[in-house]
Amino acid sequence: MFAYVVRRVLATIPVMAVVALFVFSLLYISPGDPAAVIAGDQATPADVERIRASLGLDRPYLVRFGAWVWDILRGDLGTSIFTNLPVATMIAQRIEPTLSLMVVTLLLAISVAVPMGVVAAWKQGTLIDRAVMAFAVLGFSVPVFVVGYLLAYFFALEWDLLPVQGYTPFARGFWPWLENLILPAIALGSVYIALIARITRATMLEVLQQDYIRTAKAKGVGQSGMLFLHALKNAAVPIVTVIGIGIALLIGGAVVTESVFAIPGLGRLTVDAILRRDYPVIQGVVLLFSFVYVLVNLAIDLVYTLFDPRIRY
Amino acid sequence: MLRRHLLAGAGAALGASALGAPALGQGTAGTARVLKFIPQADLAVLDPVITTAYVTRHHGYMVWDTLYGFDGDYVPQPQMVEGHTVEDGGRRVTMRLREGLRFHDNEPVRARDAVASIRRWAARDALGQVLMSVTDELVAADDRTIVFRLKRPFPMLFEALGKPSTPVCFIMPERLASQDPNTPFRGDVIGSGPFRFAANERVPGARLVYTRFEGYTPRPDGTPTWTAGPKHVHFDRVEWHVTPDPSTASAALQNGEMDWWEQPTADLQNVLRRNRNVVLEIPDPTGLVGMARFNHLHPPFNSAAIRRALLGAVNQADYMTGVIGTDQSLWREEVGFFPPGTPMASDVGMEALTSPRDMEKVKRDLAAAGYNGEKVVLIAAADFPSLNALAQVGNDMLRRAGMNVEFVATDWGTVVQRRASREAPERGGWSIFFTFWAGVDLFNPGVHQSLRGNGDAAWFGWPTIPKLEELRSAWFEAPDLDAQKAIARQIQEVAFQEAPYLPLGQYFQATAYRRGLTGVLKGLPLFWNVQRT
Repeated sequence: MFAYVVRRVLATIPVMAVVALFVFSLLYISPGDPAAVIAGDQATPADVERIRASLGLDRPYLVRFGAWVWDILRGDLGTSIFTNLPVATMIAQRIEPTLSLMVVTLLLAISVAVPMGVVAAWKQGTLIDRAVMAFAVLGFSVPVFVVGYLLAYFFALEWDLLPVQGYTPFARGFWPWLENLILPAIALGSVYIALIARITRATMLEVLQQDYIRTAKAKGVGQSGMLFLHALKNAAVPIVTVIGIGIALLIGGAVVTESVFAIPGLGRLTVDAILRRDYPVIQGVVLLFSFVYVLVNLAIDLVYTLFDPRIRY
Repeated sequence: MLRRHLLAGAGAALGASALGAPALGQGTAGTARVLKFIPQADLAVLDPVITTAYVTRHHGYMVWDTLYGFDGDYVPQPQMVEGHTVEDGGRRVTMRLREGLRFHDNEPVRARDAVASIRRWAARDALGQVLMSVTDELVAADDRTIVFRLKRPFPMLFEALGKPSTPVCFIMPERLASQDPNTPFRGDVIGSGPFRFAANERVPGARLVYTRFEGYTPRPDGTPTWTAGPKHVHFDRVEWHVTPDPSTASAALQNGEMDWWEQPTADLQNVLRRNRNVVLEIPDPTGLVGMARFNHLHPPFNSAAIRRALLGAVNQADYMTGVIGTDQSLWREEVGFFPPGTPMASDVGMEALTSPRDMEKVKRDLAAAGYNGEKVVLIAAADFPSLNALAQVGNDMLRRAGMNVEFVATDWGTVVQRRASREAPERGGWSIFFTFWAGVDLFNPGVHQSLRGNGDAAWFGWPTIPKLEELRSAWFEAPDLDAQKAIARQIQEVAFQEAPYLPLGQYFQATAYRRGLTGVLKGLPLFWNVQRT
């Protein structure tokens, strides 16, 4: 197992190298000019040229790529063209809100979706099953920002129960922290709940037809014990896979959710950097996301062994 | 008490008991000494000399002070200076700094700081460059005395040092002001103005914090108006919360999480007007002026006759309706090359825009001017609703005039890069783009960048119109306001002949704030004089 983990971690190095090359090249050839954005709308072309030269943006591709890779190898993600702050500092400032949003969303989604899927499978064909599936279709179909606006309208503007925007660090207290995350987590989690509930239902239906379930019933195992101990554990591998895939969805969805609820997370940092052409920040964030994806995939592969003893590495 | 505060109390108790830690209540805009503000955009660049971005100018007015301010009549008034003397027939101007001025590191503001600040600003500003070209010597005679020795009288001197158009001549410590004017300064943001910038609380793209500077000495006299007069601060802390989503900003203002939203979007202004806790008003009577800028280097718009012919196709009401809606109190047509109501505005040549619109005549004029179906590459910033509206209406106008238009919808970041290209339109260049300028930036020929005709050195589009440059130079020499106005009329006449751009109307951007705020000044988002009642 240990050797497997080491091999997988080492395998991330070439992946990250390809990602780095791809991201840098894509940004190099894409239109846009940070010098023009810095200079502002009223600046003259000569002003823009001077700023471009002073930032080193007029250097050839290979020189710029080489300098960036050399910095990365020394553990330096570079400095933002606009803020003059180290990219690592800017990412560190934004990790907590995004991580908080993802954790709360994940907990909410799993705690709601898995029981929903199990119950829907158990009550297959009934009104409950149809209601769960209707909710799942709705969750998939309604965009996150629409759910977000509706929640903000009712819970913040009409009923004045929760704040409409912002983020409070965890260090300032549990409730202020959670208060700002409830609506965004529900909005972001709606798709995720739908996804997990559907896959849980489908997998559970398959498992519930297995012989060992019939045997368990014949032995007199109780309903909840049969569902959650015997059936759910055997249905867990596909569900865990979907949860892993869902983390990718969460990162994408966080971009929209953070904008709608004005949460200063990595999603907004990414969008702002792209719109301004703040190349070092874009490169740093994409590298980070790529690394997280690789680690999440590894973690999921390892979690399989907990649910299915036949899986060995 | 708001309902969510009750919920917060319950939640705080729950959280505190669960974690054994004190839970702080949700910060609200109602906190007496804290003002929460939603700016028009993120403050990407902190150096107000390096960029012309308006949000950076507003940050500049928080942190730095100016030698002169502009009052509501657009007249420069002493601000950091207690006064000045003009001698030797206007060729020697001596300014005396007020006593007790301090930077945020508690160092005194000295004349040499002001001299370095003027030099750095002048390197970037069109009016500043003219000022320096007539300056023989600019020195700090002592710690409080600044002396200009001029080659000839320069009546615009005080206006140049106090103008609110970007870039503004802010007074910085010499160590910042002596840095390269083409690179954002490096070092701590040490200001001379009424607010300190709390760099350690900055979250780029999300939040900026300013705290009251106790060591600031407001002018003892005058009335606060625009950027002139005493700057008394009534808040300990001003927080800027960058909120890119307009609906979220609107909701946050309505439920009291925010105090002030700088630029509510047109579609949400009616919602805000219906809220009795929110005030909407027009802060800047010079508004924003739309324009279609031509590329003068390549066909078809290298022909003055073709550009001029299109003046007959412009219906400013169409453009302004597209941008801000049908409420005519929010926009104005019959806008020439200077903002209506400002001293240099006139009716010279206005019939080109105000006569009945006749698209068939425009087609005939274009044909007579030699237009032969050349492709017109229109670059449009689809991510800015107001700019996109201008471009969409412009696209329709050009097509109806019979032009062969290629509409390139892209984002603003790409537009600002592509418009810098001097290549032919078919090789990655462009023919026309649409933008807005704040009225104060078009206020007179000295600051009006898009009325320059200095070819390669001109603003994007690079028109070569020597007559405009001659008149601009003459305008600087004009001895009084009447003489300036007479030259401005001639400039407008030439502009209607040469059409360096098409004026597309003027609209007035509202600002929205909670009814409890008073003392909000006109002009720009300024944070002194504002208080909560």
